[in-house]
Amino acid sequence: MTNNNLFSVDQLTIRFGGLTAVDRVSFRVEPGSIFSIIGPNGAGKTTIFNCISGLYKPDSGSIIFKGEDIVGQKPHRIARKGIARTFQNIELFSRMTTMENLMLGRHIHMKTNVWTGATFFRRGSKAAQEEIKHRERVEEIIDLLDLQSARNQFVGGLPYGTQKLIELGRALALEPELLLLDEPSAGMNSEEKQDLIFWIKDIQDELGLTILLIEHDMKMVMDISDLILVINFGKQITEGKPEGIQKHPEVLKAYLGEDEVIA
Amino acid sequence: MDMKRDYYEDIQLLDSKVLWFWFIMLIASLVTLPFLLPNYHIYMVNYMAINVIVTVGLNILVGYTGQISLGHAGFFAIGAYGTVLLMTNLHFPFLLALICGGLIAAFFGFILGLPALRLEGPYLAIATLGFGMAITQVIGRWQVFGGRMGLEVPDLSLGPFVIDTDRQLYFVVVTIAFLLILAARNLMKTRVGRAFIAIRDSDIAAETMGVNLTLYKTLAFAVSAFYAGVAGGLFAFLLGFINPSTFNFILSIYFLAFVIVGGLGSIFGSIMGGVVMTWLMLTLDKVQELPYIGAVLVSFSDSWMNVAGLPNISSVIFGLIIILLVVFEPLGLYGFWIRTKIYWKTWPF
Repeated sequence: MTNNNLFSVDQLTIRFGGLTAVDRVSFRVEPGSIFSIIGPNGAGKTTIFNCISGLYKPDSGSIIFKGEDIVGQKPHRIARKGIARTFQNIELFSRMTTMENLMLGRHIHMKTNVWTGATFFRRGSKAAQEEIKHRERVEEIIDLLDLQSARNQFVGGLPYGTQKLIELGRALALEPELLLLDEPSAGMNSEEKQDLIFWIKDIQDELGLTILLIEHDMKMVMDISDLILVINFGKQITEGKPEGIQKHPEVLKAYLGEDEVIA
Repeated sequence: MDMKRDYYEDIQLLDSKVLWFWFIMLIASLVTLPFLLPNYHIYMVNYMAINVIVTVGLNILVGYTGQISLGHAGFFAIGAYGTVLLMTNLHFPFLLALICGGLIAAFFGFILGLPALRLEGPYLAIATLGFGMAITQVIGRWQVFGGRMGLEVPDLSLGPFVIDTDRQLYFVVVTIAFLLILAARNLMKTRVGRAFIAIRDSDIAAETMGVNLTLYKTLAFAVSAFYAGVAGGLFAFLLGFINPSTFNFILSIYFLAFVIVGGLGSIFGSIMGGVVMTWLMLTLDKVQELPYIGAVLVSFSDSWMNVAGLPNISSVIFGLIIILLVVFEPLGLYGFWIRTKIYWKTWPF
């Protein structure tokens, strides 16, 4: 293992009853790269994400982030280490405004407690100062993602594409080093997808983030990924650069079915 | 685009001159109110203020954090007994005893919050219900707490002031209610309150964003119990005498009704809920004294709805009002308020 190893997964396995949802999956992500995981529905992609962010506890294997095994740690601990994620089915705080959703992303960077929070009565109070400071930071993200018009609206009523972007914004507000994006383009039209590709590249360049991506839109995956991991039925089929993956016989088999059946 | 010029205005209580005017008017009217009202009404206002404190606190738990509690009468009792016992046995001054009473309630809230981590919805409702009932049982059987006979509440003095009328108590109760309401409002505008609301809307997203679920769920219980405890301490002085049956589990259900009728997740709604429902509770007791209708209602209740041989028409009407309110305005009184505001803003169109 090299020293610049930011994130790697080794022999990750998780079973639900008799079903092995993820079976000895291993991969390594270079810092600053975009690494995509693809595979048919039910292949175990989101399960891998849930293991990484601590929502599931894998049966065996390790997940190394910045030289430390994070398996078995609570989700909020893992978030504090610098891993943020979005969800396949939007998990926004629907009865909060866009600004408040993004402010929640700043949670780990803030210090206000019950007492200081309840007793701010002046602009100079600690809690008020902290709010102001972090709202400025959030505003930058709102500008970056062009969310000004949704700024003070409750997110529950916003269009699907906008909600997806707000989720991305919330993850960015945490200032992660590793960003997990679970089907960010699902439910977007082609124009919104173009914008999204642009933003993801922008985020990677400007913020120097490492991105782990699950995506069904092949054009988008081929367009932005540095490396692609293909899994099916929880097992990894192959890993490689976009050009190689497109022609890989096993990948074609997983997506299109057996040769004999077609012939 | 709105006209906000800086981020402090996002969280500021009074961000315009007009609001400042109404805020000062409010304080002025609260100060003059007790000199205009007859004694019984002052008692009622005190009762309202105490219920508002509980309602605001319970709303932090139910409306903002999305956890239910049917045991708040338990925290109310802990605050009442804690305050009284600290004053009589350990000779604490009133304010210190009140705060300690609240903190003891908060501690029990924290303890109850721990199993609540694994329980949701109806299961949590039953667990908290059990807690509330257990508290009154324990208090009723223990001689330190005066047993079933209850406790005499000591004389109340604040520094040089002796408080022995409802009018004097008014200033204590309303000031404390006022401060606690402001504190709750501030709390909900900042980091901790946001974490509470986030847990309500999506606990999975909250924890993957770095919110410690264990900490914040128990914290919500503790804060909510603190409010109930302080209110309980004040309630003891309003009654002058407390016994376990004052804090029965029906009271817990009333508290929850205050929150829902006022409007879940709204501090202002909780204020309205506490005030209106207390007024109804105290006024409906006298429904039988109404000319003509009163007698009819009582005879109707006696012949059709009487189970225990007691006049229960006031409870029936109370229940009916709750049902109608919730059916026609799920956002509670707060919903009415919002609609009225919109109506006047756009009037005459």
